[in-house]
Amino acid sequence: MAVIGGGVVGCATARRFALEGARVLLLEKGADILSGASKANSAILHTGFDAPSGSQELACMQRGYAEYREIAQRLNLPLLETGAMVVAWNDADEAKLDAILAQAHANGVEDVVRISRDAVRQREPALSSQARGAVWVPGEHVIDPWSAPLAYLQQAMANGAHVWRGATVEGGAFDGKTWTLLTTLGEVRSTEVINCAGLFGDHLERALLGEASFTIHPRKGQFVVFDKAAAAMLSSIILPVPNERTKGVVLTRTIYGNLLVGPTAEEQEDRDHASLDEAILDSLVADAITKVPALEGMPITATYAGLRPATEQKAYRLKDRPEANWITLGGVRSTGLTAALGLAEHAFACYRQRRATTPIGSPVWPAVPNLAEHLPRDWQQPGYEEIVCHCELVTRREIEAALESPLPPGNIGGLKRRTRACMGRCQGFYCGARVAELTGNCLTPPISTGIWHE
Amino acid sequence: MSENTASHAGSATAATSRHIACDVAIVGSGPAGLSAAIRLREHGVGRVVVVERESEAGGIPRHCAHPPYGVREYHRLMTGPTYARHNVKLALAAGVEILTRHTVVALDAGARLKLTTPDGLATLTARRVLLAVGARETPRSARRISGDRPLGVVNTGTLQASLFLEHRKPFEQPLIVGTELVSLSAIASCRKAGIEPVAMIEPRGRPTARWPLNLYPRLNGIPLYVNTRLVSIEGSDRVEAAWVQSGRSGPRRIDCDGVLLTGEFTPESALVRQSALMLDPRSQGPSVDPYGRCSDPSYFAAGNLLRPIETAGWSWREGRRVADNLATDLADGLAQEECVTINLRDPIKYCVPQRVPVSNTDRDGRLQLRVTQPVKGSLRLWVGERVVWQSTGHFLPERRILIPSHTLPTHLDGPVKVDLI
Repeated sequence: MAVIGGGVVGCATARRFALEGARVLLLEKGADILSGASKANSAILHTGFDAPSGSQELACMQRGYAEYREIAQRLNLPLLETGAMVVAWNDADEAKLDAILAQAHANGVEDVVRISRDAVRQREPALSSQARGAVWVPGEHVIDPWSAPLAYLQQAMANGAHVWRGATVEGGAFDGKTWTLLTTLGEVRSTEVINCAGLFGDHLERALLGEASFTIHPRKGQFVVFDKAAAAMLSSIILPVPNERTKGVVLTRTIYGNLLVGPTAEEQEDRDHASLDEAILDSLVADAITKVPALEGMPITATYAGLRPATEQKAYRLKDRPEANWITLGGVRSTGLTAALGLAEHAFACYRQRRATTPIGSPVWPAVPNLAEHLPRDWQQPGYEEIVCHCELVTRREIEAALESPLPPGNIGGLKRRTRACMGRCQGFYCGARVAELTGNCLTPPISTGIWHE
Repeated sequence: MSENTASHAGSATAATSRHIACDVAIVGSGPAGLSAAIRLREHGVGRVVVVERESEAGGIPRHCAHPPYGVREYHRLMTGPTYARHNVKLALAAGVEILTRHTVVALDAGARLKLTTPDGLATLTARRVLLAVGARETPRSARRISGDRPLGVVNTGTLQASLFLEHRKPFEQPLIVGTELVSLSAIASCRKAGIEPVAMIEPRGRPTARWPLNLYPRLNGIPLYVNTRLVSIEGSDRVEAAWVQSGRSGPRRIDCDGVLLTGEFTPESALVRQSALMLDPRSQGPSVDPYGRCSDPSYFAAGNLLRPIETAGWSWREGRRVADNLATDLADGLAQEECVTINLRDPIKYCVPQRVPVSNTDRDGRLQLRVTQPVKGSLRLWVGERVVWQSTGHFLPERRILIPSHTLPTHLDGPVKVDLI
C-alpha cells in the first residue's frame, strides 16, 4: 500500500499499517518529511474539549491523545504537562465560558472546570490582570511536533516500511485491483492508496480519481517565538475564546523551552509559500505583551509561518472509497498533530473491511533523540566532542547521529527539526558556518554555495 | 587549579561532575576577556581561568581576516586572526589557564558557574567572575523581516566564520543590509572570496560608518542606496530576490542569492537574562557600576556584553580597566557604595555604567552613551535641578558619546539625568 504525503498524518498512517503487517511505501514530494503543513503548528496535545461533539475530528483526537500517551515513553517522545486555560478577556468572552465548559463535558473531557479571576492569577501571576476568568483544561499538554512524526515514521521503517523522498506523484491508474502510481522517482504498484497529501489532498484526488471531494483553501498561520527567558513567565497554555473559524492566537511554552505566540489565520491561494509579514509579526508581539506584560522587551528567537489545509468545511474530510481502494485523510488542520495516530487507526479500520493483515509479532520500538528542554539532553552526557550550536546546546554527536540515522535530514529544515541546530536566538550567527561544514553535501540544497580557499 | 571528581548522587547513568576552583573565572576569550586575564595576572592574582565555549580561544577577531587590529594595544597593524592569536599567546605566557570547549550553562549567585564540557558536566567556583561574552548581530527573526525563509540570509559573523574558519561561501551575489563598520568589513570579506554583492542598502539618510569609510562601497563598485529599507525576502530553497523600498517609491525587486544582515549588534546576554543578575533593557547587557560590577558584586562585566558595540581595541582596554578594579576588590574589597541610577530620556539609547555612587570618587571614568537616531541638539547631564555638563552638536547613531565622570560633583545630592534637546 502507498501512503502519499510525509506529514504527521502520513507518518502515523505508515506506522499503523506497518505494525498491522502491511507492506508500506510512503511517498513524500519534499526533500524531507514535514515539508508542508506539519512543519508549523503550535505543538499542543489536545484533549478535544472544544471539538465539535460527535465529530470524526473529536474521535480521532481522543484516540490519538490516548495512543500518544501510551507509546510516548517507548519512542522516547516527551510530554510537558502544562494544562491549558481558555481565558476570557472581555464580557463577550466571559459569556461564552459556560458553553465551552458544557461542550468539554459533552465531549467526555470531564476534568474541565471554570476558574475565577483569582484562580487565574494564582496559576499564572504573569498574566495581565485583564483576565476575567477561564476554563481550566488540565489535560492539554505540550509535545515535540517534529520528533513525534519522525518517531512514527522511523518505527514504521524499523518494521519494514519504505520511504521515498523527492517523489512527487504525477499520475496513476487503478485497474480494479492494483494502483499504478507514476512518481518522479519511478513507477509504484500498490493495492491501496492512502491520501495524506495535506495541502495537496484535493489535487491528488483530482489527478488520480478524476474529481476531488473537497477543495483546499490554505490558511496561513504566523508565529513568533520568544527567548527562553520568557518560558518561566507561564506554566500553562493560554488559549483565547475561539471563534467559528479558528482556535485563535495561543500563548504557550514550547517543548524546547521557549514561549510561542500564534498562529494567525490568513486565507491565501498559494499552497507553497508561507511568507512572513512584519506588521502581523508586530501585532502578534503586541498581543502577547498585552496578555503577559512582562514580555515587553523580551528578545525574539524565531519567526515562522505555516499553512493549514483548511477546506470549505470545518470538519476533517475523511473519505473511504472501497471501489477504488482509496482512503483520503484530508482537511486536517491544526488538531492534526494530536489526531494523527487516531486518523491512522481510522484509515486502518476502513482498510480492514476489505483486506486481512497479520500484525507483526514483536514490533521494534526505535527511540528518537530527546530535544525537550525539561528532560536530559545530549550535552549533559560526556563524550559529545563539541557543542556546535551554543544557543540550543546541540552537540556534534547529535548532528552526526542525525546525519547517520535511518531517515537522515533531507534539507536544512530537516536538520533543524531533528537537532535544534541554528534554531536558537542567534539563528546561526555562531554555528551556521560549523553546521555548513559538518553537513557538507548531505543536504539539498547544501548550505554553502561553494568552497573557497585563501 | 584544583580539580575534584565527584559522582552525581542518585544518577543511574553516573555522569561524573568535575569541580574547578579558582580566584577569577573569566567567561569568554575575546579581546576584553583575555586582556583582563593578563592584567589580573600582572596584579598577582593567583588562579585565573578563562572559560571559552568555542574550540579555539580568541573570540570574534579570529574570523575578521583584515586589519586594523592591535594598533593601540601592541603598536602593530594586525589582522583579526593574528591579533586573536597574539592575545592568546600573551595570556598563556602570563599563566592564564584557558579552557576551550567549556560552555557555561548557568550563572549562580556568588560566583558559581555550571558548565558542560565534552568530558561531562562541571561546576566552577571563583572569588569573582568576569563576564566577557561579547555581542552578536541581530538575526532575521528578531528584525521581524517579511517574506520567505530560504537559505542564504545570514549575518556578517556567519559569513566570516564560513569563509575564514570553514572555507565555504554562503552565497555568491548577496544584498548587503546596513552600513556600520562591520558592513564594510563584510565587503572586504566578500571581495577576498570573490563574492559579488549586488548592492548595499541603508534605511537612514546617510551611512552609519564615518567618512571616509563610507566611501568604501562605491570604491568597490557596489551601489549604495540610502533611505532604502528591506521590505521582504523571496525564495523557495535559496534566496532568489529581495524587495527594497526607497523613500516613497514603490518596492522594487533586486535579484540576489543571499541577504547579508550586518550590524544591529546586541549583547549576548542570554546567560544574564536567565540569572538573577540585573539586566538593563536599554543596553541589553548587565547593569553595572563604574567599576564594571554587576548587581551581584561577585560578578563583573566588560567588553561588548556591556553594550552594542565598541571596537576590539576599546574592549581590550575596558577589560584591563575592569581587571584593575577587580584586583583591587580581591585585595582590599571595593566599597559597597550607595548608588544613584542614571535616568535617560529618549533619544538616548543607553548609558554605561547605569549607576554611579552617591560619593562619586571616580575621576578617570566615563559615561558611555549612544543615541537611537540622528539628533542635532544639546546633550545635558543633570544632577537634581542643575546641568553639570553639556555639549552641543550633531549626534549620530552607533557613534560613541563620552561624558567624563569628573563632571559629576563628588557628592550627588539629587537624581542624575541625561537628556538631549
